[in-house]
Amino acid sequence: MVNAKSRSMGQETFRRLLKNKGAVCGMVFLVLLVLISIAAGFVYNYDTDIIAINMSQALQPPNANHWFGTDALGRDIFARMLYGARYSLIIGVGSVAIGLVIGVTLGAIAGFYGGFVDQMIMRTVDVFYSIPNIMIAVVIVSLLGTSTMNLLIALCFTCATSFTRIARASVMTIRDQEFVEAAYEIGLPTWKIILKHILPNCLSPIIVQVTLLIGTTIIAASSLSFLGIGVPLPAPEWGAMLSEGRQHIRDAAYMCIIPGLAIMFTVLALNLLGDGLRDALDPKMKR
Amino acid sequence: MLKYILKRIMLMIPAILATSFIIYFAMDMTGSDPATALAPDNATEEQIEQLREELGLNDPIFVRYGKYMMGMMKGDLGTSYVTKRDVFETFMTRLPNTIQLAFTAVFVATLIAVPLGIYTAIHQNTWKDTGGMVFALFGVSMPNFWLGMILIIIFSLNLKWFPSGAKGGPESLVLPAVTVGLGFAALITRTTRSAMLDVIRQDYMTTARAKGTGERDVIFKHGLRNALIPIITVIGMQLSNALTGSVLAETVFSWPGVGRLIVDSIAKRDTPMVTGAIIMSCVLMCVVNLAVDLIYAFFDPRIKAQYSQKG
Repeated sequence: MVNAKSRSMGQETFRRLLKNKGAVCGMVFLVLLVLISIAAGFVYNYDTDIIAINMSQALQPPNANHWFGTDALGRDIFARMLYGARYSLIIGVGSVAIGLVIGVTLGAIAGFYGGFVDQMIMRTVDVFYSIPNIMIAVVIVSLLGTSTMNLLIALCFTCATSFTRIARASVMTIRDQEFVEAAYEIGLPTWKIILKHILPNCLSPIIVQVTLLIGTTIIAASSLSFLGIGVPLPAPEWGAMLSEGRQHIRDAAYMCIIPGLAIMFTVLALNLLGDGLRDALDPKMKR
Repeated sequence: MLKYILKRIMLMIPAILATSFIIYFAMDMTGSDPATALAPDNATEEQIEQLREELGLNDPIFVRYGKYMMGMMKGDLGTSYVTKRDVFETFMTRLPNTIQLAFTAVFVATLIAVPLGIYTAIHQNTWKDTGGMVFALFGVSMPNFWLGMILIIIFSLNLKWFPSGAKGGPESLVLPAVTVGLGFAALITRTTRSAMLDVIRQDYMTTARAKGTGERDVIFKHGLRNALIPIITVIGMQLSNALTGSVLAETVFSWPGVGRLIVDSIAKRDTPMVTGAIIMSCVLMCVVNLAVDLIYAFFDPRIKAQYSQKG
């Protein structure tokens, strides 16, 4: 009991999280994936191993030399897949991070001030919310052109709207509590009250949303690349690899299966971690 | 009630205007020039300029947007650069295919998900529950287009049960609908389960059992009826997603729907087609969302009573 009292909230959450087998599996997978995507940059040379065309090796099914086979241009799918982890992770984490900063700022302002400011922000969010995600991305990419950076920008809109709503709702429930009033009374500036006293108390739903949204964003990014409006070729993005695989679905089905498994397990790991975090942060909610 | 519906329709108009303006403005910024695209190949610079004037392209954007929206009410969204066909007409020929796919997919999803959700809730914390939840977890983690490709490999190329693409008889609808539907089923299962868990321990459930009501009636008449609102919400959301977001399934299965039209038009830089189709999709989504809100009232008398009071 003495120990339990001396733990911080973060430690306590982490301890609960470690009891959840699914979340631990998810975490281990994600750590491995990050290590792989970093290592891939040292092991493989982008120009010679990842995008170099080697027609003599084209369309080989999985074998001892090419564990996952080769694609229509003779490139090793195993190497491309490991390297491709970078794109998914960078886009997923990047757009959620940008969306987080924009969304939480807007949501906190809307929730804290209420009234006209709140109305303005929330109505704008509603408009973006009513346009289907994929359409927002389509419009932005056709406006800016296809590139990894533009894809990241396109996807952060959706993340931002979702964070704005969550942050606003949490801030509204907290802003009238006594400790916020106390902070006012001792004369703290508003921004400091929001940043130091209100936001730390809204963290739980935001952390959970971050984990789950990274997963959704990774799927969205690979979907757009699959449609040819995401990461431009010849980059080994998983969705783009599936799009190439689709051309050979009859003669080289392995090309269509492997990159999809990579996407699925990454998102699965994120979902397991997200669900675990939700239970760990709010044990009352656990079902 | 009627007053409420009218009020909601009035509120929908600014939302549609804002959405369509953002899209119109963004597409306008892409810098494609309709005059150059529509003029004959050997047109001189003066002729193009004259055409630009005739088409009103030199007007300020608000004027052009106003004209565009007026045109939309009359079913005129301009002409495609590529096919030279009417945008509105093309959209309307594609729309039934998308609607057909969307409704079938949501139907498939509901058929799988609602019973599964109820089943997992009744057997909470048993292996049956875990199994159902693992299915749902895989469902939300799987990219939709990839599932479609896997289904083609298994059921079309190997078993040869269903065609792999293009629209034909009813059998061509099976794989696309299952692809779109399974992803939705995962979400609906989760929602159904958690909504059922909320009501399953309520006192009125015990009361119903104590009165000697059969278990089936307790679950369906007393339980499900009260858990319906979140379930309908999520089904409605999926329907509006399916109407606008089945681009991926349409691509995988070469299904001639609206999503496919938009993606193809982007590839061909056919700006009027893209703008028109996206704006029409958003209007459609607003209408579906409104319809879902109104359906609540039929399932929950409490909400209906609220509407009537506000009315």
